Amino acid sequence: MNFDLTEDRQMLQDSLRRYLADKYPVEHRNKVAYEAPFHDPAKWTELTELGALYALAPEEKGGMGGTGFDISVVFEELGRVICPEPVLGALMVSRILSHTEANQEALLSGEMRGAVGLGEIEAPYDLDGIRTEAKASGDGYVLSGRKTLVYGGHAAHHLLIAARLDGELAIFRINAEDADVTGYAMMDGGGAAEVIMEDTPAKLVLKNAGSAIEDAINAGIVALCAEAVGAMDVLHKMTVEYLGQRKQFGRPIGTFQVLQHRAVDMLTEIEQSRSIVIKAAAELGGPDASKYCSMAKNLIGRAGRLVAEEAIQMHGGIAMTWEYPGSHYAKRIIMIDAQLGDTDYHLMRVAQAA
Amino acid sequence: MDLNFTPEEEAFRQEVRDFFKENLPDDIRDAVKNGGELTKEIMERYHAILNKQGWLGITWPKEYGGPGWGPVERHIFDEESCAAYAPRIVPFGLSMLGPVLQKFGTQEQKDYYLPRILNGDDWWCQGYSEPGAGSDLASLKTRAVRDGDEWVINGQKTWTTLGQHADWIFCLCRTDPDVKQQEGISFILVDMSTPGVEVRPIKLIEGGHEVNEVFFTDVRVPYGNLVGEENKGWTIAKYLLTHERTGIAGVGLSMLELEEVKALSKKVMRGGKPLSEDPLFAARVAQAEIDLEAMKLTNLRMLFTAQKNGAPGPETSILKIKGTVINQELKDLARRALGPNAAPFPGSLAGSNLDVAPEGNANNAARYFNNRKTSIFGGSNEIQRNILTKTMLGL
Repeated sequence: MNFDLTEDRQMLQDSLRRYLADKYPVEHRNKVAYEAPFHDPAKWTELTELGALYALAPEEKGGMGGTGFDISVVFEELGRVICPEPVLGALMVSRILSHTEANQEALLSGEMRGAVGLGEIEAPYDLDGIRTEAKASGDGYVLSGRKTLVYGGHAAHHLLIAARLDGELAIFRINAEDADVTGYAMMDGGGAAEVIMEDTPAKLVLKNAGSAIEDAINAGIVALCAEAVGAMDVLHKMTVEYLGQRKQFGRPIGTFQVLQHRAVDMLTEIEQSRSIVIKAAAELGGPDASKYCSMAKNLIGRAGRLVAEEAIQMHGGIAMTWEYPGSHYAKRIIMIDAQLGDTDYHLMRVAQAA
Repeated sequence: MDLNFTPEEEAFRQEVRDFFKENLPDDIRDAVKNGGELTKEIMERYHAILNKQGWLGITWPKEYGGPGWGPVERHIFDEESCAAYAPRIVPFGLSMLGPVLQKFGTQEQKDYYLPRILNGDDWWCQGYSEPGAGSDLASLKTRAVRDGDEWVINGQKTWTTLGQHADWIFCLCRTDPDVKQQEGISFILVDMSTPGVEVRPIKLIEGGHEVNEVFFTDVRVPYGNLVGEENKGWTIAKYLLTHERTGIAGVGLSMLELEEVKALSKKVMRGGKPLSEDPLFAARVAQAEIDLEAMKLTNLRMLFTAQKNGAPGPETSILKIKGTVINQELKDLARRALGPNAAPFPGSLAGSNLDVAPEGNANNAARYFNNRKTSIFGGSNEIQRNILTKTMLGL
């Protein structure tokens, strides 16, 4: 047994941590995260030059990693600075394309940005509810429907869209400019898009795509959970630091036992979160991946709410402000729960898998 | 034991309900429904509507132009105003300063300020918290020094809610630094247009602007702006705290929000079925409903005691703690019900016809984040527990 990172992943972690700490301070993050295009294209280029995207795909697909642990290393670092770059979209596109023979070089080099359109207004999590329709047309296909909350969709050159072809789920590729794409900022910063298609020309990427989509969602869950762990760890450290500095009643509030114990409860939940993410990352790609990813997403949802809410409460006012970095970490942690299935959705999946 | 309201109270409830049906303008109701920030104009117009009816100073006795209601009538009014989607009354002049002046003010102060509060001539804000004095309010440092027939004030207040609209601020100031903290504080009224007063906005977690910092640099106000005795401001602050507690449980609002969450969960579809049929979500709602049902009774029991004894007791801290936690849970449910469709930043889809949340719910995530303040302000829930430890447990 060995819970240490391999040397390669350690190097990846170190270089990402150094780069992001240096180039993505929270003030800069907040400046770019709420204004179109909701990320920083120059930083995107630098980040991809560090190999962040190559780490997300396996060697045989042109990448340099692609396991659960590669993904979790990258996303934990992104979470530590609540980075709004649309890396999740790149990961999920790559993951789906890895079920095909498609060349991923343009994607993994960061030159072409991609995003995945899965959820719809009435089916935010559940693939069975997807209603977007594909029809054959000439040599190719056309799509009609609306994809909602397409993460990174505003910044993407092309989109992979899950649609029904003769009732079966298939994945199509569209050019962003061929659809009606409306980008907007999210509550916790970063961008998403509404993608409306009306006989939008599309290329078939993969038929019978159910298991490829599930694999991409599982990879996305590992990514989001690792991101949450990074963000929770930083927010917890901020909280403990504040408890040590803030004086009321003539002493640091961190000397009050009630706050000490609550800070310890946060720590306990973060350690549990870290463990379940390791388990999910280890199982990614295997036969039980969905079960362990659902476990991770459920636990992270619960732990995240506790950590975010307690951090705000124990800061007593200051973390209610936009100016204080902790508030943005709290928002990100809470809103992660609503991406790719929330606490309850995944609890039910675990219950049904048992 | 009788859990029913008296026929008189029921008749009063009907009267309040009818009043809102007939007098609350649609645009105000819609603004409240949408859950965004209310404009100053809306809040002032709403106050004027209540004032015309004589229902604005809800804690005020008749002699000062109030309706002379007791705790139960105020509770009924709160429930009905929430159910009608009326705004909350801005409390600083009406529920805070008004009662203070009535108890501690000079005749001249009462005659001048009270009618102006009811008429909406002056918008008041509260100058209590400071950067270094939050939960430990008595450690406040804003200094007021007497200079002839004036006070000279220097210092800083923070978390000043709606201070951006205010004409006046009532401040706790340190007037004697050489005695026990609580014994050197005075309650002073400051005209915000006095030279040396500066208001700076604080942007909140969800992007809204409702609180401010207020800076005082050599601000000179008449000595007569002192309320009560010099160095007795802490007594006033404590008295005001008991008034701040009327309706502290927020039962009316939580009742409305429970209904809204139920209605929302019937509209939102998950897995081809309404979310209300999802057993996990339904259980969460039921849990909140159970807690709220008990809270309604806890609130009424304490109102009943307050009605009997003339004043609420320290046990009202229970209402603050549980009331805020239940309301926060309901706001969490309203956000959770939407899943990712709660994610767009408030207003970011405005005008696009692309709303992903059912009408009136686009601000659910913002409301959830904003509402985290309720367990922090007005004496944090930790401070309420300290109060209960001392007063109810004797520890």
